Amino acid sequence: MPFLEVKKVSYSRGLVQMLKDVSLQADRGQVLAVIGPTGSGKTTLLRLIDLLEVPDSGSILLQGRDLARASERERQGARRRMAMVFQKPVMFRSTVAENVSYGLKIRGIGRKDLVKEALQEVGLSGYEARVATTLSGGEMQRTALARAMVTGPEVLLLDEPTANLDPNTAAIIDDLISALARQGAAVIMATHNMQQAEKLADQVAVLVKGRIVDQGSPDLIFSGKGMTANPPW
Amino acid sequence: MDEIWNGFWQALELIVTLNPVVMEITIRSLSISLASVILASLIDIPLGGLIEFREFRGKRALLNLIQTLYSLPTVTVGLLVFLLLSRSGPLGGLNLLFSPAGMALGQTVLITPIMIGLTVSALRGVSPQIRDTARSLGASEWQLIATVIKEARHAVIAAVLLGFGRAISEVGVAMMVGGNIRGHTRVLTTAIALETSKGNLELSIALGIILLSISLLINLALSRFQG
Repeated sequence: MPFLEVKKVSYSRGLVQMLKDVSLQADRGQVLAVIGPTGSGKTTLLRLIDLLEVPDSGSILLQGRDLARASERERQGARRRMAMVFQKPVMFRSTVAENVSYGLKIRGIGRKDLVKEALQEVGLSGYEARVATTLSGGEMQRTALARAMVTGPEVLLLDEPTANLDPNTAAIIDDLISALARQGAAVIMATHNMQQAEKLADQVAVLVKGRIVDQGSPDLIFSGKGMTANPPW
Repeated sequence: MDEIWNGFWQALELIVTLNPVVMEITIRSLSISLASVILASLIDIPLGGLIEFREFRGKRALLNLIQTLYSLPTVTVGLLVFLLLSRSGPLGGLNLLFSPAGMALGQTVLITPIMIGLTVSALRGVSPQIRDTARSLGASEWQLIATVIKEARHAVIAAVLLGFGRAISEVGVAMMVGGNIRGHTRVLTTAIALETSKGNLELSIALGIILLSISLLINLALSRFQG
């Protein structure tokens, strides 16, 4: 049984069909990259997996338990096992330390050492007392990553995690993503950066116009043997 | 004109010398309005959060009604609370009529629509991404409401200050529920009305200057929180 499974999920917003019969699986210790052009539905898919939206049909299973239409209480419980970093993360109007410790606080955990450690891992040591809303885009992205990983999520959802970062910082974050997967998280990463997907992913799913058009190992997808040898975008 | 100027200078003298009557009325006014705004905050801020965060039938109609009640005449609230607290009324047993506690209760009723309405507006002004972020990090419904209120704290504080401003400057509830009893329920607004009718202009002007100063301070605080 896969740790996390998306099964024939369809979702529409108004009259627009955002996702159609999307199925994929993610396991702990692995990175699944969802690649596709802008507007293909990558963010919507991550939001559905994070249980921020309810699909029109299909299932989202965490260890075999369908959460798509579970009670809000159960969905909230499942959300506590996951964390998502949005493409353009927003900061709470407080310090960097308070932002990073948010997930810990709402779980009743008061561990300052974890906050310090998480900030160190994203290269923001010493930023604890800074006002988070005054950080640069890249610093916000890294703070958001620290905020997401500090609770040790079993599923980590990353929406274009290095889109706002310079190459050096992006490389640090790439290494961190690999390390988090090695530590046992199921990482699902939406990206349109092929090199990043090829470098980090154990599995790649290609999403075009709301449908998965190809799925497999990076070797298969990027070697020219897969269906998307010539990507349709 | 001379009479007004004389009244003005005598009023300043009353304030500067901390005249006991002026001070007593001012302190009572502040205490009653402060009590009402604390009580209203405890009720209205969470209620505003619930209205904003829960989806239910008639939500839009309820918000329209709340906004209509912003301009509720103070004498109407005074009458309503008078009927509630009068001996034959449903809350008559509490013996709150013609008491400072009754006045605070009346002012709470008066400022409740504006405080709920402005809290809802304040929360609506918080980016939806903040809600998503909090939910994504595992916040429960109440933790989410608390987070959004905290994010909107400046606008929520502005709502509280506006509520306080409306409470301290109203006269209908204070007069009808308090009864304007000297040394017991007489507050700035009711004292101004009474002293003016008695021709005691210097005392009226002194109390008016204090009321205006309080309003000015509230406005300064408001611009600080809104700016």
